[in-house]
Amino acid sequence: MTGKKEQPQDMKRREFIGKTVLAAGAVSVAPGILLTVANAKTEGEGASSNIRWGMLIDSNKCVDNCTACVDACNQENGIDLMQQPKGQGDEMWNAQRPQWIRKVKLRDRQTGEVTNLPMMCQHCEFPPCVDVCPTGASFKRADGIVMVDRHTCIGCRYCMMACPYKARSFIHQNVQEQTVRAPRGKGCVESCNLCVHRVDSGASTTACQDACDKDGHKAILFGDLKDPESQLSKALKEKSSRQIRADLELNTGVRYTSL
Amino acid sequence: MPMKKLHYSELWCSSPRYWGGLAALTFIILLGMASAYYMEHSGHWVTGMSNQVVWGLPHVFAIFLIVAASGALNVASIGSVFGGPLYKPLGRFSGLLAIGLLAGGLVVLLLDLGRPERLIVAITHFNFKSIFAWNIILYTGFFTIVGIYLWAMIDRKAQKFYEATGFAAFFWRLALTTGTGSIFGFLVAREAYDAAIMAPMFIIMSFSYGLAFFIITLMSAYWWSSRELGSHRLEKLKNLLGVFVGAVLYFSLVYHLTNLYITQHHGVERFILLDGGFYTVMFWLGQVTIGGIIPLFMLYSPAFSDNRFAIAIASVLVLIGGFVQIYIIVIAGQAYPMTLFPGKEVVSSSFYDGVVAAYSPSLAEGMLGLAGIAIAMTLVAVGARVLKVLPESLEDPGADSA
Repeated sequence: MTGKKEQPQDMKRREFIGKTVLAAGAVSVAPGILLTVANAKTEGEGASSNIRWGMLIDSNKCVDNCTACVDACNQENGIDLMQQPKGQGDEMWNAQRPQWIRKVKLRDRQTGEVTNLPMMCQHCEFPPCVDVCPTGASFKRADGIVMVDRHTCIGCRYCMMACPYKARSFIHQNVQEQTVRAPRGKGCVESCNLCVHRVDSGASTTACQDACDKDGHKAILFGDLKDPESQLSKALKEKSSRQIRADLELNTGVRYTSL
Repeated sequence: MPMKKLHYSELWCSSPRYWGGLAALTFIILLGMASAYYMEHSGHWVTGMSNQVVWGLPHVFAIFLIVAASGALNVASIGSVFGGPLYKPLGRFSGLLAIGLLAGGLVVLLLDLGRPERLIVAITHFNFKSIFAWNIILYTGFFTIVGIYLWAMIDRKAQKFYEATGFAAFFWRLALTTGTGSIFGFLVAREAYDAAIMAPMFIIMSFSYGLAFFIITLMSAYWWSSRELGSHRLEKLKNLLGVFVGAVLYFSLVYHLTNLYITQHHGVERFILLDGGFYTVMFWLGQVTIGGIIPLFMLYSPAFSDNRFAIAIASVLVLIGGFVQIYIIVIAGQAYPMTLFPGKEVVSSSFYDGVVAAYSPSLAEGMLGLAGIAIAMTLVAVGARVLKVLPESLEDPGADSA
């Protein structure tokens, strides 16, 4: 009987303790939540699968001998801070230095038509580099950006063997200087990440697009492939575009027109 | 007639011969470790590898040793899975050699990683879609299974596991080489790879290289310790090697014929078979002639029958040819440019699009690779010294039991 009488009292105590813990928890967690809400669409929020970042490149607008996009990328991602090691030949430096974006000039074997275009990571929906990576360091974000987690990259270079676009670079030397935006380390692999630091802080363009626009060429258009109202989606709907090595059915996020 | 009872004993030979050999191997290993330290400390820019040819000479050595390792186990498998009486006494040594070769190959592979100190990451983070991740499991499993198999062969108390582990080891080694071949077979991007035949071809290559390694190390061990090695047994091994060498040639033929049928692959075939310069010479002279035709002649020609020296030379040639074959698969396969834009030629690119990539291996890469072989041989030499893996005599049994 006494047990039954004591029960409600005990419940009250439990309730009290429970509520106290809840309140204390709320007080300590709330600022974090509020902060996250306040910073929505900026730093701190995870990538969303409602978005797929992509690009459209108009090769007709890409100008011969112009390297504005390459220079901008090098600066944005601290690639220009890399120094040629003493004693290394120029040819070898060129073969070993990181190149996230490169200019390629093509001539059609049949017609002789000349095309210029920038090549970089194509941000595949089904990236071979992600498939082959033994540790999962090479990964695709929910928003379609393919990049390397440099904490788990062991430097095996299997992703470089697998990439059909030769988009990846291995860091062959000690890194003296680097930017906070694009951390880099000897012995790891890296590649274009669609200026992920900009995207995550709410920007709507990449460094290469800004540079191309600034020079008045407007050959690069960055945007959300999943948003039908985005400039990119509209442009893709209007013009016929193609994927490089479409035969592999990787569904690339980077598309080209006039190629 | 029952066969004579076999006595296994540790490998004893005159001290200067044994320790001298071991000292030489240790020296090579030390040079290799110094090279690895140099490459890791400076970064890979001191090697011939680049963003164009990303896997170099160390990978050739590593893959060569790993492929040979699974093949070296074949002798034991023939003894226990297929019940070959002449092969059974060789089983223990076969298991030891397999472990040694795999260890040597893996050390090279590991020390060439951009971040070898992150080995712990490789064994704690698995992407199960990656053939590489599967290989990490296959390699670890191989050590374990062959280790138990070896124990079951040596220790009478563990004999009950002999048959089961024998079968397990046989299937595991097939899986392992399939995994190694698939590293290339699954690379859709590059024209020289992306072929399902890569996996079975690697298996037959492993039979050939593994047996060649086995014959050489067996002959050396018996020469070292002045033990008897019967001609009949050696002839069996020799004939088997001949079959494997022929099979490797056959698989290479099918691989190239298939590629020649596919218009898209004409470029890379032309590169390897006709105008690839160094690689073409390597293919015809190294892989086909030195690694195939000459050993076949030496193994089967009556002129060399019962000539031990010829068997040893033929085995060495098979290994040289095999090394060249892997070199062509790994290096030439990367040097040949990927076709990003079919129907177009690349006029200019800062990243070597459309041109054959250059690769000249550095001394350090070669030293690291040689150290891998030295590690394998050291493990075998030490293993044979402390374990009862080699029969005191391998003289031929009576003619009727052959």
